[in-house]
Amino acid sequence: MSKVRVLVGTRKGAFILTSDGKREHWDVSGPHFAGWEIYHVKGSPADPNRLFASQSSGWFGQVIQRSSDGGKTWETPGGEKMPEPGAPPAGQSNKFVYDDSPANGKPLTTHQWYDGTQHPWEFKRVWHLEPSLTDPDTVYAGVEDAALFRTTDGAKTWHELAGLRGHGTGPQWQPGAGGLCLHTIILDPKDPKRMYIAISAAGSFRTDDGGQTWRPINRGLRSQFIPDPNAEIGHCVHHVAMNPSRPGVLFMQKHWDVMRSDNAGDSWQEVSGNLPSDFGFVIDVHAHEPDTIYVVPIKSDGEHFVPDGKLRVYRSRTGGNDWEALTKGLPQANCYVNVLRDAMAVDTLDKCGVYFGTTGGQVYASADAGDTWSPIVRDLPAVLSVEVQTLP
Amino acid sequence: MIRVELPPHLRGLAHICGEVQLEIQGVATQRSVLDALEARYPMLSGTIRDHITQKRRPFLRFFACGEDLSHEQPDAPLPGAVASGAEPLLILGAIAGG
Repeated sequence: MSKVRVLVGTRKGAFILTSDGKREHWDVSGPHFAGWEIYHVKGSPADPNRLFASQSSGWFGQVIQRSSDGGKTWETPGGEKMPEPGAPPAGQSNKFVYDDSPANGKPLTTHQWYDGTQHPWEFKRVWHLEPSLTDPDTVYAGVEDAALFRTTDGAKTWHELAGLRGHGTGPQWQPGAGGLCLHTIILDPKDPKRMYIAISAAGSFRTDDGGQTWRPINRGLRSQFIPDPNAEIGHCVHHVAMNPSRPGVLFMQKHWDVMRSDNAGDSWQEVSGNLPSDFGFVIDVHAHEPDTIYVVPIKSDGEHFVPDGKLRVYRSRTGGNDWEALTKGLPQANCYVNVLRDAMAVDTLDKCGVYFGTTGGQVYASADAGDTWSPIVRDLPAVLSVEVQTLP
Repeated sequence: MIRVELPPHLRGLAHICGEVQLEIQGVATQRSVLDALEARYPMLSGTIRDHITQKRRPFLRFFACGEDLSHEQPDAPLPGAVASGAEPLLILGAIAGG
């Protein structure tokens, strides 16, 4: 029988939740890396027992952890053993250095600060790790201040794909309230050279040549908080999701507005429809029904909690515009949690499982595509990210 | 022999129980001690000093013998009691509790 492994990153450590295909009884392991912020944990599609975790701290900076046994044990790639005398230096898996080399031919030294002045790029943390679909040693990392890095040696060393910051609009990028973070990385399963990323608050971008060159894909987004609401960049995209069977169709939860693109991001249209609020962070797509999408509306940008004290997942079976509230098993009174942008995921079982974590430390699961929910755990630290692996 | 006490988060990262004892060639300074520490525990690189600038991370402090050494030059000799191993070099988070 298939198994499911849920990878949870929290403010104070990582947790791994496992169940069989029924998804009724769960084993909980953790905290791994107790006391550290775990922004993201994700497994390699090419080798599901290989996991990567972003571990960080305001005091001690960034650490990258890797597991080769599904999270039972972990190591800092290249740094776990004392180097032999005369051997090359250990890998520095937490060394993220912006590429400002002359070869890029462009000034990549500053971006726009909150007050409109220019500000140096300063690495702070890794928000998102996206393992390659085919190579267990290749992983992409989205970082704050916004940039895209790649490792091809299992996370021992990282190198920036500098064409993103260097494509021209980089000096105009401005941080959102959470920082200037590259939080979304989507690999196109049908075109290995196509990739999508999103940055708060710069917008979404696409490469069609494996990351060498990039262009903004924000036409149709409208953001009242910037001088030109229809500008090419400057939009606070919170998350983007795609069903792998239909990679040209993208769904976006923006600061305000839920959006859809049917042409790989070339243009977007709003599909917020009858949502009680179109502000939110997460968005995801059903594993088998590419027009079934999920969001968790949040009251507003000033009040980051669910409206009316009710935790409701909204599902659209029509690719947007028509939404239904999913409430069975979720608290419907006195609930004031948030669901952060990387904290929802789906499994690929039939029926599709849907999972999300809250800032209140609950991780909820639905084994019937959202019709009913139950908590796997209730009292974790604030959940930053949720990923799911469906295992044979 | 130099004794170094690390904060709990870094002890956990490096799988260390208790204090670290290091042999230093030449004068014991912040730089030589941290170089030796990172050579033995490579996973600590970048967690105490910035990878590029080699400056102390802003929320960390260095103390020894009841003195704050955080703002001493990295190549300044450490107090004799640290160099002899009588007292440990303390590395700790600047903001505790809360």
